[in-house]
Amino acid sequence: MGILQRISMDWSPIILTFKLALLTTFLLFLLAIPLAYWLAYSRSRIKPVIETVVSMPLVLPPTVLGFYFLIAFSPNNTFGNWLDQWFGVRLVFSFSGLVLASIIYSLPFMVHPIQSGLTGIPSSLKEAAYLMGKSRWTTLTKVLLPNIKPSLLTGIVLTFAHTVGEFGVILMIGGSIPGKTKVASIAIYEEVEALNYGSANFYSGILLAITFAILLLVYLVNGGYLKQFWK
Amino acid sequence: MIAMHIQKKLKGAEGEMTLDVALNIKKNQLVTLYGASGAGKTSVLRMLAGLMRPDSGNITVNDQIWFDAQQNINLKPRQRQLGFVFQDYALFPHMTVRENLEFASAQKQPQHISELLELMELGQLADQKPPTLSGGQQQRVALARALAQRPKLLLLDEPLSALDPSTRLRLQDCLLDVHRNFEITTIMVSHDANEIQKLANYVMVLEKGRLITQGSPQETLTVASQVDGEIVSIEVEGNTSVVRVKVQGQTLQLTLPSATTKDMEVGNRIRIALDTVM
Repeated sequence: MGILQRISMDWSPIILTFKLALLTTFLLFLLAIPLAYWLAYSRSRIKPVIETVVSMPLVLPPTVLGFYFLIAFSPNNTFGNWLDQWFGVRLVFSFSGLVLASIIYSLPFMVHPIQSGLTGIPSSLKEAAYLMGKSRWTTLTKVLLPNIKPSLLTGIVLTFAHTVGEFGVILMIGGSIPGKTKVASIAIYEEVEALNYGSANFYSGILLAITFAILLLVYLVNGGYLKQFWK
Repeated sequence: MIAMHIQKKLKGAEGEMTLDVALNIKKNQLVTLYGASGAGKTSVLRMLAGLMRPDSGNITVNDQIWFDAQQNINLKPRQRQLGFVFQDYALFPHMTVRENLEFASAQKQPQHISELLELMELGQLADQKPPTLSGGQQQRVALARALAQRPKLLLLDEPLSALDPSTRLRLQDCLLDVHRNFEITTIMVSHDANEIQKLANYVMVLEKGRLITQGSPQETLTVASQVDGEIVSIEVEGNTSVVRVKVQGQTLQLTLPSATTKDMEVGNRIRIALDTVM
């Protein structure tokens, strides 16, 4: 495959993949902080149940998750119909549906690092801030979060990488609508099915290189190898 | 200034214990809470600070009710405006020494902070982060940070226990200076009799969750330096007897006049008290 052919390749699956991953990571970050905070400090009785729900995507086949999303969001069913009637939102075979499903699917990858980061902070730091008259919000933003930067970075990167690598869930509820739900992993599958190994190789190579670079960056940062470059 | 009468069920290493403490502390006193580990000293401090909720009772400070179980009043820690030095210092590792002090003080008051840094001999270290400091330096930062809040009440939880003896002595002087200069009512947890003799003007001795005695260090510490044990064996050899007593997992061998041991039996519990504190 020549250079010209490469440039004329359809880039939309790649762009869509990273758009999905960025949006999912951003929204999940906002959602995961309060959730991880609650899981780290609550002594509620329902905590084990919530912890289980958060961890489910780790063990459940993505197709199972995708199947239930499909059922729940389908406009033929009560919930999906209600969404459609009241908000005009259709989550099946749409990009917003992919974002929502990705958020749930990557939940443990964002929540677990943040939760264990928070649990690892000595409780005296939090108590000291309270005793200085600081609110919970100030304590969270000025004391707790700055002290778990490596955990935050790990959560962000794992979520991003995990969303880039998503396949089963998207196949189930997104289908393969070009420019809307056809992400790179789906495109690769279809190119292979059509025996277009060249295009499959193109998409695969890009995903491989980018995910390798991202993960390498995390290990460099968290391992302190880059400390010498900024202070 | 402080009137406190609280009850709290605690689960400790030796099973359940009920902490039941009534104490009154006058303004500007430097009070020490003394007692063996597990006696409930830190819990008393934490309940005063609002970090632990008593089961029942009340706490009044300067005529303001901080806690009242019946009226369901329980001021949050941040409403109590007190300085607290933790056993592990609880310095914020991501902030410099100066930022730690600035974070603690309610308004911007650079002059007060500079004075505190000078007083604690931290001027040179102001732009360093706590993890790079030695134990004694971290301790001084923790104390300076508590003072940056301009508290009326200062609580110190075994502030010097992790330090080597010479640093300890210097910081004891430092604490005395602070107490004289700032006239802050101070409550300190300690289990070092020497330290208490030197610093405190009032001692409260806790044992298994009860306040067993209180007064000046001279009056109380002889009583405080006591241990309970169980007699393991008695060997009478003429006028002297050798009594072995099991105390906190160790066996003490005491040589006593036989006249004093004739009522003792193996299995008895006895109390050994030191007459003087060296």
